[in-house]
Amino acid sequence: MPINYFLILSAFLFCAGAYGVLARRNSVLVLMSVELMLNAVNINLIAFSAQAQDVAGQVFALFVITIAAAEVGIGLAIVLLIYRNLRSPDLDRVEQLKG
Amino acid sequence: MLDNVWIIPLIPAVSYLLILFFGKRMPKKGAEIGIAALGAAFVLACITAMQWIDKVEAAVSKEGGAATGLAALGRSVVAAATGAPEVEPVVRGVTWWENGPAKFEIGARVDGLVVMMLVVVTLISLLVHVYSTAYMHEDRRFTHYYAALSLFSASMLFMVISANLLQLMVGWELVGLCSFMLIGHWWEEKPNSNAALKAFLTTRTGDVGLMTGIIIVFFAAGSFDISVVNEYALSPEVNHGLMMWASVALMFGIMGKSGQFFLHTWLPDAMAGPTPVSALIHAATMVVAGVFLGARVYPVFWEGFSIGGGGLNMMAVVGGVTIIVGAALAFVQNDIKKVLAYSTVSQLGYMVMALGVGAWLGAVFHLFTHAFFKACLFLGAGSISHSATHHSFDMREMGGLRKPMPVTFWTFIVGTVALAGIFPFAGFWSKDEILATADQGDFRIFLVVGLIGAAMTAAYMTRCVYLTFFGQYRGHHHPHESTPAITVPLVILAVLSVVAGLLQSAPFEIKKFQEWFEQVGGLPKEMIIPEFDYGLAAISVSLATIVVGIAAFFVFRREEHGALKGLTQRNRVAHAGYRFLERKYYLDDLYEGVIVAGVKGPIARGSNWVNQYVIDGVVNAVGRGSARAGRWAYDVFDQEVVDGAVNDIGRETALAGGGMSKLQSGRLQRYALFLLASVGLIALAVYIVNVA
Repeated sequence: MPINYFLILSAFLFCAGAYGVLARRNSVLVLMSVELMLNAVNINLIAFSAQAQDVAGQVFALFVITIAAAEVGIGLAIVLLIYRNLRSPDLDRVEQLKG
Repeated sequence: MLDNVWIIPLIPAVSYLLILFFGKRMPKKGAEIGIAALGAAFVLACITAMQWIDKVEAAVSKEGGAATGLAALGRSVVAAATGAPEVEPVVRGVTWWENGPAKFEIGARVDGLVVMMLVVVTLISLLVHVYSTAYMHEDRRFTHYYAALSLFSASMLFMVISANLLQLMVGWELVGLCSFMLIGHWWEEKPNSNAALKAFLTTRTGDVGLMTGIIIVFFAAGSFDISVVNEYALSPEVNHGLMMWASVALMFGIMGKSGQFFLHTWLPDAMAGPTPVSALIHAATMVVAGVFLGARVYPVFWEGFSIGGGGLNMMAVVGGVTIIVGAALAFVQNDIKKVLAYSTVSQLGYMVMALGVGAWLGAVFHLFTHAFFKACLFLGAGSISHSATHHSFDMREMGGLRKPMPVTFWTFIVGTVALAGIFPFAGFWSKDEILATADQGDFRIFLVVGLIGAAMTAAYMTRCVYLTFFGQYRGHHHPHESTPAITVPLVILAVLSVVAGLLQSAPFEIKKFQEWFEQVGGLPKEMIIPEFDYGLAAISVSLATIVVGIAAFFVFRREEHGALKGLTQRNRVAHAGYRFLERKYYLDDLYEGVIVAGVKGPIARGSNWVNQYVIDGVVNAVGRGSARAGRWAYDVFDQEVVDGAVNDIGRETALAGGGMSKLQSGRLQRYALFLLASVGLIALAVYIVNVA
């Protein structure tokens, strides 16, 4: 199976994630988009790992999954607090730190 | 002690920390720690000095044997100027840090100049510590004052013993910092904190020169070590051009620190600090640092300014101009401390001029004697303000203090006479040493400047003494003599003002100062040590005496016709018997007698003319000139260049900040966009660099 299939899938997922992060207003969706980007990277890592016959890439993918789990934990906590304080999950309203 | 001289600055430094942390809990609020520390430092300094003197004397007594031994090693063994064998300085140091070939040391160096400075600094500082217990009594920051005083002494001592220029600069800056703290001790009043800032920033301006000079010297001589630098400057392979630029740069440092014309303006303002601090700054610590630097690396200046060749050089000219400018300004002050401050400016001019005309010994000797009588005068002024005028220094509120304050009066008189350079007081010997060197070293013009300066010194000090101690009390308090904590230091300093000069008095065949303290390991061999010149000494003394007379004469006369006329007239009507009036009549008689006698008429008229046209003219011209120069510098340089630059930088920063602040939208997703875009750009750049 050519590696390009995996790379195209990964690029598609990454772009979808990036679009979600930049354009969606709902904070839960932004968080999900971040996960999408992380998993796009994971696909890349594993694809290259399989091609190069080297487990290092898979080990990195496992690391990424672990970190992503922690990140989701914190991210959901933040989203919860945003909702609690602003009565809305809308990210556009979180702009109190503007210069 | 010669090997462990680093203990001396360490003691006051420890005392600083102790006072800072425990001072408030002590029964005397920390003063006792400071006094004990400085007392210990003084004793150790004396021991060091004695051991040094022993070493020198031993070397002198076995001159013959040592000379042949060292000659075999191919070294120059005779300090040509003195004919005495050269005693090696004791240098001890440790490596501070090392980076490849560059090695930086921190060390202590003991030689004649250092032991002299150690004794002077610790003694003056000790007396100031004692004096301050009474003067600063119940001050709102008494403990902090003592802490700063200890740190001040520690910094100066650290600077004095430094074995290399880098260390010297650290001490130099510490001294500047401490003087900032102490000048601004009463910072609640705006002028005081302004004066402190002015002192700090003006000296800092000069320090740019100091740093440049040290860097140039480092690259020329390849080391910061004072011995190496001095040796290099005197060696035949010296780079004259580099030494010249180094001297000019170092000269700026001296001008800033030692209050030389045109960076002298901070010194009179520094009078805002407590009076004991002024005494310390003017006699032993801050301002003598510049002269000390000049004496420390004297071969650099000797080579850079070609001092051996005679003629004009920057150092002598700056010193000479400062003598006249300072003395002229001292005439017109009503604040007694300002008179003394300008007097210090003028006397520092003497020291710098002395260095400039090759009178190394004269400069150092004058530093030594000046420390005693100037400290005496300042502490005397402090005693007056403390006990007679309720913290005012205005001489118009003084007068007639001779009777209620006999100790202050007599010590002040001794200080004045020593400052005016009248035989046999300390100032006479040191001033004469300078003038004789200027005379015999082909610097005639500076001899004239020095003589004029001496005459002006005598005149303004006479005016000061008259306004303060004679006439009638014009204040509104009850003058009384100060407490022993104040008078005892005054008496000690007055005694020293009398005897200190005798250490180097040629007519009595005493040259101890030269023998002991000129041993600094490397002074120019061609330096002239002048013969004592009786004619010159007679001229300078009689000039000073005559001017004292003339000045007194005119001051008394002005009393009659001038601003105080109303006062005397009221007295004439109401209290015909008052002493004040008697003296006036006596002078009237004298004046009329002089004129009627006709012989001295022309002299009186002549000196009147001199007073009216020459001195006033000089003062006015100097005043007008400096005002104009100041105005021009203010308009062109300060307003346009400095302010312009500062404003432009400010404006650009504000604009840039305003532009950038738009980026700080607070919107998370916009930040994410920037992040992604930046990553994209970096990726593109990496791609172009690696692939294209």
